[in-house]
Amino acid sequence: MKARPMRFAGSTLFFWTLAAIGTALVPWHMQQDGLSAGGLMALGQQDPEAASALWQAMAHGRFWFWPVVACLVLALPGALPAATASRRAGFLLAGGGLGLAAIVAQGLAIGVMGWSFPWLETTFGELGDRQFGIGLGACMAFIGCLVMLTDGLALRGLFRGDRFVSGAVGLLVASIVIFTAWPVLTMLSQMFTPRGDLGVGAALADRLFDRKIWGLACLGSSVNCGVFWNTLALATSTATAATILGLCFALIVTRTAFPAKRAMRLLTVLPIITPPFVIGLGLILIFGRSGVVNQLVEATFGVQLGRWIYGFDGVFLAQVFSFTPTAFLVLIGVVEGISPTMEEASQTLRASKMRTFRSVTLPLMIPGLANAWLVVFVESLADFGNPIVLGGSYGVLSTEIFFAVVGAQQDFGRAAVLAGIMLVVGLCAFLLQRAVVGRRSYVSVTGKGDAGLQQTLPRPVKIVAFAVAIPWAILTVTVYCMALAGAFVRVWGRDWTPTLSHFRRAFAIEWAPDGRMLFSGGAWHSLFTTIELAATAAPITASIGLLAAWVLTRQRFVGRTALEFSLMLTFAVPGTVIGVAYILTYNIPPLEITGTAMILIACFVFRNLPVGVRSGVAAMSQLDKSLDEAAITLRASTFRALTTIVLPLLKPAIVTALVYSFVRAMTTVSAVIFLVSAEYEMATVFIINRVINGDYGLAIAYCAVLIVLMMTAIGLINLLVGRRKLGRRVAAAPAALPVGGRA
Amino acid sequence: MTLPLQTRSAEVRLQGVGKRYGQIQAVKPLDLVIEGGTLVTLLGPSGCGKTTLLRLIAGLEQATEGQLFIGGRDVTLLPAGERNVSMVFQSYALFPHMSVLDNVAYGLVSSGLRKREAHVRAEATLEVVGLKGFGTRLPSEMSGGQQQRVAVARALVLEPEVLLFDEPLSNLDARLRRSMREEIRALQQRLGLTVVYVTHDQAEALAVSDKIVVMRNAEIAQVGTPEELYTQPNSVFVATFMGEANHIRGRIEAVEDGVARVALDALRIDLPARGMAPGEVDIVVRPEAVRIGPDGQGGMLPATVSRATYMGSHTEYYFATPVGDLFSLGADRLARRMVGDAIGLHFDPEGVVLVRP
Ligand SMILES: Nc1ncnc2c1ncn2[C@@H]1O[C@H](COP(=O)(O)OP(=O)(O)O)[C@@H](O)[C@H]1O
Ligand SMILES: [Mg+2]
Repeated sequence: MKARPMRFAGSTLFFWTLAAIGTALVPWHMQQDGLSAGGLMALGQQDPEAASALWQAMAHGRFWFWPVVACLVLALPGALPAATASRRAGFLLAGGGLGLAAIVAQGLAIGVMGWSFPWLETTFGELGDRQFGIGLGACMAFIGCLVMLTDGLALRGLFRGDRFVSGAVGLLVASIVIFTAWPVLTMLSQMFTPRGDLGVGAALADRLFDRKIWGLACLGSSVNCGVFWNTLALATSTATAATILGLCFALIVTRTAFPAKRAMRLLTVLPIITPPFVIGLGLILIFGRSGVVNQLVEATFGVQLGRWIYGFDGVFLAQVFSFTPTAFLVLIGVVEGISPTMEEASQTLRASKMRTFRSVTLPLMIPGLANAWLVVFVESLADFGNPIVLGGSYGVLSTEIFFAVVGAQQDFGRAAVLAGIMLVVGLCAFLLQRAVVGRRSYVSVTGKGDAGLQQTLPRPVKIVAFAVAIPWAILTVTVYCMALAGAFVRVWGRDWTPTLSHFRRAFAIEWAPDGRMLFSGGAWHSLFTTIELAATAAPITASIGLLAAWVLTRQRFVGRTALEFSLMLTFAVPGTVIGVAYILTYNIPPLEITGTAMILIACFVFRNLPVGVRSGVAAMSQLDKSLDEAAITLRASTFRALTTIVLPLLKPAIVTALVYSFVRAMTTVSAVIFLVSAEYEMATVFIINRVINGDYGLAIAYCAVLIVLMMTAIGLINLLVGRRKLGRRVAAAPAALPVGGRA
Repeated sequence: MTLPLQTRSAEVRLQGVGKRYGQIQAVKPLDLVIEGGTLVTLLGPSGCGKTTLLRLIAGLEQATEGQLFIGGRDVTLLPAGERNVSMVFQSYALFPHMSVLDNVAYGLVSSGLRKREAHVRAEATLEVVGLKGFGTRLPSEMSGGQQQRVAVARALVLEPEVLLFDEPLSNLDARLRRSMREEIRALQQRLGLTVVYVTHDQAEALAVSDKIVVMRNAEIAQVGTPEELYTQPNSVFVATFMGEANHIRGRIEAVEDGVARVALDALRIDLPARGMAPGEVDIVVRPEAVRIGPDGQGGMLPATVSRATYMGSHTEYYFATPVGDLFSLGADRLARRMVGDAIGLHFDPEGVVLVRP
């Protein structure tokens, strides 16, 4: 057989060249006014900030780039195909590895104020120079060095000698480190910044043992407790209520002949397409001061109901409305997963239906119920939209973090402490969840339940389930309807004249004198930005997610379990924590991307990665592993096997991942709210600002448009992908959706 | 007839090759030579490491110890794509989104051949396996046996030095299995291929192999031709795995000129000693070698019929004897016996082997 022709693109030499160009030719740092074609040639630039690393070192005395240059020279023999594999591996490992270290070290050590750490200044003396955030050149050099390092590892025989797998793992690890681990650690380190005349320890203790966090004053008096207890109380009650409601729904849908079952299942789609404030707004329009109920009660009985909706009750109600569908979705899987044969066995042993339910069905469901409870608990913990709209003076961690960052005092230390507490609670819940779901790894969780006839419910259980679920379903629909109705009246509660003016204010289109369309409505800008960024992030999310799924399900290598675990760990970080961590990390060099589209895209990608990974894992586990192996034995490279065999067969999963990461990017708020800028405003943030200003009409009109947009998107995939391919059972389609970590 | 395929069969040599998954030793270090142009089966119960050994040869797993040579070349560290071996998977692993022709041409295109040329050669190979004109179909539009042939063609078209089969017939019904195994054997002999064939079915192994490698607990139990394994097993395990057999214990009283005199209660039989010295010995008796002696004759193994099942052409008996229970097929050439009858047994030496305990 002919030897495969050696291609330049993708070879190690290609990546060496990439790194070399990044170091020698193009500007190393990020350019303030963007990169022009002329500015691309940065060797010999007058302005050091616009010069390449090599030129900065040669002409501008920036000695800290010499190690980078030296590492590239060191790596060159490894990139040339001449030498033996083990010698090449040595050069690549040394050059690529040290090169990465040199790039990272210079970026972290030297910032806009010279040395970034005082101890460097005391060691080396004043620097007298400075540098800004990295740009194109540094990125090229980084990627080049990373791939040289992974190629070196593959040449050493790791990853079964597969360069592609090794590179994919390297990419995943690097992106987890850069976009999750580093920001979170940076944020946590902010806890230790000294404040005023307090030292490190005292400042930390002062922040950590704040009465506003841990205070228990509410037990004796009517004062609010600390935010930690508030959050815990809220999350616990929401989780309990939503799990019970979700169970009732799940039992009805899976175990009765209820005619509206299909409609009920639609409920599970709601949390995905609902912008986070719709429910809160709906509740305000019903129970708020000028809400329908309040007005009716006042008109009939002359009693003022007051502002009870603002506070624990309101947030609790809103969260239960928001997260019951999530619990429902999880529990459908749980109930369907119970093998009917167990129940049949119990009945043949002369147990009554009720006894079977109590002694077999319910115990079997306990791990599933606990899982649902924890999922909702985490959602409630991370929820930002409901508490910000309805919380009033009832502060929870997410809103306190927000006010610590954007409020008058701008206390990042406090924000870091609060976020740290939130992170710890979130991780505890995550670890508990792993313990509950069992030692089954993330990869194998996608098992199928037994086939067979599901038992019907015992009568008393059925009555309770219907009595709880039906009113709740009606209430949910009412809240949504009320919320949406608010978009069509002039001023809710005062002026009920039907109007489209809110839509006009948000989405007016005018014709300029020269015939061009002018999107003059106030919402257009944020809508376009949102769609653009969500659409940019979706393919990246889907690719990284599927790549991760493929690596995790199909490859075996040292450290796979660790990679899987750290990936899951990043999923457990609440959105608010990520938001704070990102602004703290990325508003200074070396990676200065605050205020750009990049930070939002990174946030979307890493917040929504679970969608990609989960749909990828679900699809991949249905794909016979010997298909890719067959391709490999048929002389296909790993990359060719992935692109010609795996990807075409994963088309439904890809489309699902794309659309859902797009939709979720459009409805997310908790992290994004910290990251928006005037130029890049997001729809959800625009809406929340209207809500804060009391402009409910416009906010709701905007939500309505978003809901329609996202339903269209989801409807489109169902048309495109078709239901059949998504799985035999109806539940298989939504089961591939991510649960948790939405906020 | 000129074949469109060149054959370049090569010898496979394993030197101390072993595989360990963490704590689990899936294949213990073993030596094995598979001669070029022969069909060798790996036979053994489920979980004994057959598939792992095959995947080691394919390059889908990397050996944790030892060295592997194909055609004299050390391929221990080479990935699957560079080893010049092809594999037919248990599930066939046909690419469902590609036509049969594209499936067969896939390996050629991967190797850098132009698509048109690849299709011409794929077409010719399909003809070799008797599937001329099926190229435009999708795999799902073919029967199990046809899919099997496509999988064989897809592996063959690359003119591999070694062709590997992992339980290729386990998805077919009994009748098709019989004819497919003959076809694979015929093809192997016609093209002179080196084939390594995994199965857990001893009948299949006996029918197709030049040599059989019996595996047990991640080790090789015995290697030999089908006949050697059947008639001269070196362990009770191999003997019972190669066909139905009774296992009893007896004593060698004396060995003379390579012939051992074995005592089983009152019965004395002379058997090839196979290098064994007097003392305790394991004896394997094929059910068809058990005979009922004439009534009243001495020097027999006393037995009672404990169960008799009439099977039409013969009767299956279970006997209780002082040396243990025995199962027999067609032991009663003369007359049917009833449960409880007391009789004497003797053995046809052809179906009795001594095995080192
Ligand atoms: N990927 C793996 N990880 C861990 N153990 C494995 C793996 N593959 C196989 N094994 C173990 O190796 C042993 C041999 O398996 P296998 O070769 O598939 O047996 P066979 O094909 O003979 O049924 C089994 O005990 C199995 O559990
Ligand atoms: Mg097997």
